[in-house]
Amino acid sequence: MDNINILLIDDESEFVETLAERLELRGCLSKTAEDGESGIGMIASEPFDVVVLDLMMPGLNGLETLKQIRAIDKTLPVILLTGHGSIKEGMEGMQAGAFDFLMKPLDINELMEKIKLALNKPSKG
Amino acid sequence: MYKKIINRIFLLEKEPQSRYAALKRNIIIIMMAITTLPLATMIIINYFQYRSHLRSQIIAPLYAMAEKTKHSFELFLDQRLAIIRFVSTTYNFEHLSNKKNIGKILLSLKKEWSGFVDIGLINKDGELVSYAGPYSLLGKNYSEQISFQETQIKGKYISNVFLGHRKYPHIVMAVQHITDEGQTWILRATIDTDFFDNLISSMGLPRQTDAFLVSKDGILQTGSIYYGNTLEKCPLPLPKIQLRSNSIEEIDDKNRDIIIVSSPFSIADYILVIVQPQSVALKSWYALKTDMMIIFLVSLIIIIFSIIKMTDVLIKRIKTSDEHRENVLVELQHAQKLSSIGRLAAGVAHEINNPLAIINQKAGLMNDLIELSKDFDKKQKFIDLTKAILNSVDRCKKITHRLLGFSKRIDVKIEPINMNDIIHEALEFLEKEILYRKIDIDLNLSESLVSVESDHGQIQQILLNLLTNAFAAIEDLGQVKIKTENGKDGGIIVTISDNGCGIPKDIIKNIFDPFFSTKKEKGTGLGLSITYGILKKLGGKISVESNPGEGAAFTFELPEKPNDAEVING
Repeated sequence: MDNINILLIDDESEFVETLAERLELRGCLSKTAEDGESGIGMIASEPFDVVVLDLMMPGLNGLETLKQIRAIDKTLPVILLTGHGSIKEGMEGMQAGAFDFLMKPLDINELMEKIKLALNKPSKG
Repeated sequence: MYKKIINRIFLLEKEPQSRYAALKRNIIIIMMAITTLPLATMIIINYFQYRSHLRSQIIAPLYAMAEKTKHSFELFLDQRLAIIRFVSTTYNFEHLSNKKNIGKILLSLKKEWSGFVDIGLINKDGELVSYAGPYSLLGKNYSEQISFQETQIKGKYISNVFLGHRKYPHIVMAVQHITDEGQTWILRATIDTDFFDNLISSMGLPRQTDAFLVSKDGILQTGSIYYGNTLEKCPLPLPKIQLRSNSIEEIDDKNRDIIIVSSPFSIADYILVIVQPQSVALKSWYALKTDMMIIFLVSLIIIIFSIIKMTDVLIKRIKTSDEHRENVLVELQHAQKLSSIGRLAAGVAHEINNPLAIINQKAGLMNDLIELSKDFDKKQKFIDLTKAILNSVDRCKKITHRLLGFSKRIDVKIEPINMNDIIHEALEFLEKEILYRKIDIDLNLSESLVSVESDHGQIQQILLNLLTNAFAAIEDLGQVKIKTENGKDGGIIVTISDNGCGIPKDIIKNIFDPFFSTKKEKGTGLGLSITYGILKKLGGKISVESNPGEGAAFTFELPEKPNDAEVING
């Protein structure tokens, strides 16, 4: 799991900073963005292996951000985070091209599993 | 005013049970009154109208008969008077004074005219000077008698009936003759009254009807069937002296209701009386009265019977619809409560979820850092503390997820399900508890149970909720019964009953409310309301029966397939 570039997009900075730190402790390289626009800007300017995207954000929301990411990169795996405890939004995200979704509060080990799976996806090569 | 009275009668503010009874009583009384009063009024009016009509119909022929018979009598008497007058004008006093001559005249009178008994000549001094007949009256002086005086004044006289020497009823007729010289004498004849009886018997009287002649002072002049013999006093009260026929109603000495038609003679002091009992006169009316009474009673019974039956049905309908309305109201309130609490819960859960996620990550990071760092003082203690924080977060997470799930259910996946299989699966989840607490599970699963379309996961959730509740209610070694059967319209019915502590009456109506819990810290109070919500969504329903101390039985029904609209909109 070394040197995987992960982009975390979530408006809750306390949450996203901590998560980034924990992922780094597990050997990943992670960057954070506090809203959809800046996240998309970062994806356009530098390469990432995986994006973790919160669905509930002010301004550009998760699903719209996802669609714009897909416009830039068709194959970049996106793991969605949903605070709703609702699979419905997650499923919508999956239809819009997300790799998988997780419910907040999330278990770091579960996230690591999903990231591994996303990277091993045949299409990603 | 009118409206106020109606309200008072039909909108009763009383206890429910007595309200329906009172309403029923009022409706019955009012319906009775408005149906039977006109009927009774009409019957009474008919009764009297028909009676008076019939009376006039019946009295008219009696009048006619009385007039006709009276006329015959008068004709007879008039004829006899005319004959006597004829004799008095044909022969002079001298001729009639001769005994032979007067005897010849009596003979020819007897031959040509019936009824003549004797004939006599009275001079102006009242002395009988010549006589032919069976009695020896010659020389008798009549000057002091009323008959003589009346004849002197009126020129003629007809006596009342009297019994002669041979105890045979007679009447006397006398005619005064005045000669050209102004001399007066009287010709007097006795006539028997056989003819009276003949005339009366030829009237053709109806059954039980009596007819007789009576003098103006109430002495019978002919024999009567019911009221005595000739010359006896008539026991009936007779109408006052009058000129025309008339009728009265009386009660006679035999206590019979009678109609008396009386017709006074103009030629003599007689009254012809016809007596007919009311029972005969109004026979057809009495028959009609009985018929009317029977019709009235029969219709009354029919009316009362139908009113009571109809009111009974009506009140039952009202009662059922009232109850139904109340139930719907309660359900509606419950549904509204659920939805508003659901929205509130979702809001709270969502707000709490974000900080919870932060706590989770912070504590996680703390844990990561402690584990990666070298041993330090109380390192293990810190590890335990962070683990405890993470565990608490986990508990909170479960609650918020359930709350969110309660308000916004995870997508429903409808597929054919086998209820018996799901029950076995649910029991596998609880296997450890069943073994550990030695709970007796009594399965009574229908082998012919139909398959319904529903959501496997949700049904499992329902079963787990109900079974967990049942297990919580019973002591160790307790018993839980699970029964499945086919319901109506292709649905199924599942009953889960236990022999535990039961549910107190005062809380049984609240058990499907959200956050209602008797388990204090142990439960969220959402289990049964989630169950209720899921079943509602799947088109089913749930009910509970319980007696404290005797356990509880939860019964839920699932339809053949859920209503699409509910699943989509839910």
